[in-house]
Amino acid sequence: MSALLEIRNLGISFGGLRAVHDVSFAANPGEIVSVIGPNGAGKTTLFNMISGVYRPGAGAVVLDGRDVTGMDPFLLARLGLSRTFQNLQIFQNMTVLENAVAGFHLRESGPLLADLLNLPSTRRRARAAEAGARALLERVGLANAAEREAGALSYGALKRLEIARALALEPRVLLLDEPAAGCNAVETEEIDHLIAEVAASGVAILLVEHDMKMVMRISNHIVVLDHGEKIAEGKPEAVSRDPKVIAAYLGPDAAALHEGEVAHA
Amino acid sequence: MTTKRATLLILAAIVIVSPFFFPSNYYYRVGSLIFVNALAVTGIVILTGYAGQVSLGHAGFAGIGGYACALAPVHLGLHPGLAALFGAALSGGVAWLVGRPILRLRGYYLAVASLGLGILVAMVLANEAWLTRGPDGIEVPDLGLNDALEAIGIDIRNTQFWYFFSGLVMVVGAWIALNLHDSPTGRALRALHGSEIAARVVGIDVARLKLRAFVISAVYASLAGSLLALQNKFITPDVAGFMHSIEMVTMAVLGGAGSVLGAFLGAAILTTLPQVLTVFQEYEQILLGLVMMLVMIFMREGLLPSLARRVRGREK
Repeated sequence: MSALLEIRNLGISFGGLRAVHDVSFAANPGEIVSVIGPNGAGKTTLFNMISGVYRPGAGAVVLDGRDVTGMDPFLLARLGLSRTFQNLQIFQNMTVLENAVAGFHLRESGPLLADLLNLPSTRRRARAAEAGARALLERVGLANAAEREAGALSYGALKRLEIARALALEPRVLLLDEPAAGCNAVETEEIDHLIAEVAASGVAILLVEHDMKMVMRISNHIVVLDHGEKIAEGKPEAVSRDPKVIAAYLGPDAAALHEGEVAHA
Repeated sequence: MTTKRATLLILAAIVIVSPFFFPSNYYYRVGSLIFVNALAVTGIVILTGYAGQVSLGHAGFAGIGGYACALAPVHLGLHPGLAALFGAALSGGVAWLVGRPILRLRGYYLAVASLGLGILVAMVLANEAWLTRGPDGIEVPDLGLNDALEAIGIDIRNTQFWYFFSGLVMVVGAWIALNLHDSPTGRALRALHGSEIAARVVGIDVARLKLRAFVISAVYASLAGSLLALQNKFITPDVAGFMHSIEMVTMAVLGGAGSVLGAFLGAAILTTLPQVLTVFQEYEQILLGLVMMLVMIFMREGLLPSLARRVRGREK
């Protein structure tokens, strides 16, 4: 049986610099796969390739058995792949509610003429999307901020708004790029629960996150990148003991030290 | 009350109440010019204010709309009213053909391409004298609506008729633009204005939606050009000129590119100024540039949104 999302030998270079090279892994429904690695390891670049923002230089992205390599994000959205961004991509010119409603675009859009004339069919579609958006805002704890300008929200709240917008698509695969960055401990825990809940509903989740405690706690599978290459992969416990991973994070000396400690013990 | 209902009420009230304060017939003429310009600027609000795209050649579409009313009745035997609709369809078609390849690219290519298109239309209108009679302009047949009204016993002067008719078309245009603003399509347009990448990720076909905004705004400009031609019963290639394109953009930016009421305000100010200040006529180009610069420096959202924000700020 093939996986829901398969990443095959993906690679890209920017002006001779090999940002990501030969990375492969897979994700199944209900699974949380985390991509970790030091800063500049190529995690966000990898996400950008999977979500169609960058066209990969090599390799393939296969979604549900279909090759979707380099497909535009708006087409991927139709196939059930959605994402959030490390550097927030919020519609600053709209309210919080409208940001969430925008996530329902695929379901709420209809004939242009109906929209221009505000026909009952348009009002019906817009009402349904708004109800859905309010429910999602409730779920991420932003129901009270619905009518506010999105730009006025705190960083942590905007992170949750992005998640709500991505969930509005009812994705089968969800890419979360540092969802807990800039959030306090309480917010991080809330996001933590939310991610687990979404995964439990059968969504395959790809996660990039620097909060190691969170990653170790909720991931089913971890992929470790360093200098654009996959250096380890496996269950959280296995990855956290891998000397190559420790070396990547703390330098080779620390890895040797760690080895020594293990030998002494 | 919603912004939409308030905007429509204010516009309708302006159209209906203003004539009570008109000292002479001449003011109907100025009012009607304001409404025609406001209609064109409402199209710019959709393109620039909603979708964040800039066109520097919208006068080209006004030219197509205006000359359709002059030429289609003669050469195609169309009623002048139908000729206006024909012009609108033609403008929409041209906008679609030009916009389709251009709007697939990201960046300010539309501004450059539309600039070229506008200049092209103006040159064709001025130079193809066998068809358009060249730079001196061409007469436009009567719409005939005024006569029809007279036949059923409503006798109003020509200038008054055009004042109310242009006002009606402007209010309908505002209604459609406001409908669009809160509709799924309008939301998608504003979303891609806010963040194009996020818009694509939620499934918005960005190129297609920008194209729709461009075509709709071209139809607005075309209808404005037709209205102008029909009420003047004459049209010259100036209607398609570069300065007219700049005028439209300046009106939108001055009033507030995202606001339909702002479009009216911008159109009203920049249509009235040349009428009251002859200085403005002589130095129009300089003054338009100055207005644009001052707005960008001191109130980037435009007159109306900036004032609204200030009033709201005081309430708090």
